[in-house]
Amino acid sequence: MAEMEVKGGKGSPRVDLTPMVDLGFLLITFFMFTTTMSKPKTMEIQMPFKEDNMKEDEKSKVKESTAMTILLSKDHRIYYYYGIGSDATKPPELKVTSFKDQDGIRDAIIAKKKEVQGLISAGQLSADDKLTIMVKPAENSTTDDLINVLDEMTINAVPIYAVVDITPVDLEFISATEKANGIQ
Amino acid sequence: MPKVKMPRKGSHVDMTAMCDVAFLLLTFFMLATKFKPQEPVVIRTPASTSTMPIPNDYMLLSLSKDGRVFFSIDNLNVREELITEISQSKGLNLSPAQIKAFKEGGSIGVPFNKLGSYLALTPAQRNEYDKTAPGIPTDTTASYETNELSYWIKTSRYANPKLRIAIKADGDAKYPEIQKVIATLGHEKVFRFNFITDGKAVPPGTALATEVAAGKKE
Repeated sequence: MAEMEVKGGKGSPRVDLTPMVDLGFLLITFFMFTTTMSKPKTMEIQMPFKEDNMKEDEKSKVKESTAMTILLSKDHRIYYYYGIGSDATKPPELKVTSFKDQDGIRDAIIAKKKEVQGLISAGQLSADDKLTIMVKPAENSTTDDLINVLDEMTINAVPIYAVVDITPVDLEFISATEKANGIQ
Repeated sequence: MPKVKMPRKGSHVDMTAMCDVAFLLLTFFMLATKFKPQEPVVIRTPASTSTMPIPNDYMLLSLSKDGRVFFSIDNLNVREELITEISQSKGLNLSPAQIKAFKEGGSIGVPFNKLGSYLALTPAQRNEYDKTAPGIPTDTTASYETNELSYWIKTSRYANPKLRIAIKADGDAKYPEIQKVIATLGHEKVFRFNFITDGKAVPPGTALATEVAAGKKE
């Protein structure tokens, strides 16, 4: 009798928690893998306002001396020139570059930015004039190129930039340059 | 001879504290979790230095590598309103079961005329179908009557005017494909939208790096 009572009282109050901990960590692992903790990062872009029947004088004008045009072409190749390049008879000097960190498109943008600032301080341009970059992606460029070049605008703090449709004139510039350099 | 009982040590560690921690973490993850939405296709997003988080209420336009467009919205109420409206206006006569399937489903990448049969599939069949789904028609060359993406955007903005637009485009998608999406947005008078991008380090020595260092820009 007495023995039994002792036995009953001895019954350990301790429960083995190991399986519970195992289960806990298993579930934690599951939730850690399925969860999306951070929201995805985005890049906001503002496209130029476009109306189908826009009058000619409502369109924004870009000065030749503040403008830079970047043409995106195949194989992540970039052609750029300073100016608007609206005149097909006077083809601008096209330069070819890429997205590399050294001597790439970034340096070209920085150079143009300095040039515009120089012209402003020399009094040839008014203080309101700002560097304006037009990005014209050709049909054989990719989304990567577009995002990269827009990112360069943010990186170099370009005040005004816009993505516009490529013109036949620009395409001619590219093919002429490609021919001259023997690029297929 | 009396037995000497040696106290046994160390064979039993008190698990209570560990258990507490485990369940604390478990509770945290359960509450903080938001399940990854089902992705119809694998999309490799381009990288940018931008760190702007995605807006709260948005519709997601996914553009796959081969130029197929998928449409999705997170908000369940908007989803229901949207599908009811589209079912009526396009004369699809979707059954309540199909509407429920849309509401609980993920991205849509089929033209309107296939939407009914697509929603009649089981979720597993839909996932399988999405791999070869035709995508939402985004033709911009002809009239916008045939541009169904335009209709999706218009209708969802009608259901919730605050909706922002996020584009998740594959880096290898050709420019004309993304141009179609951008032109469609332009037609809907949407000129400001977000591209979902991967993170990239700010290159040192640039204007942006100076701004970040000065704390002007996040």
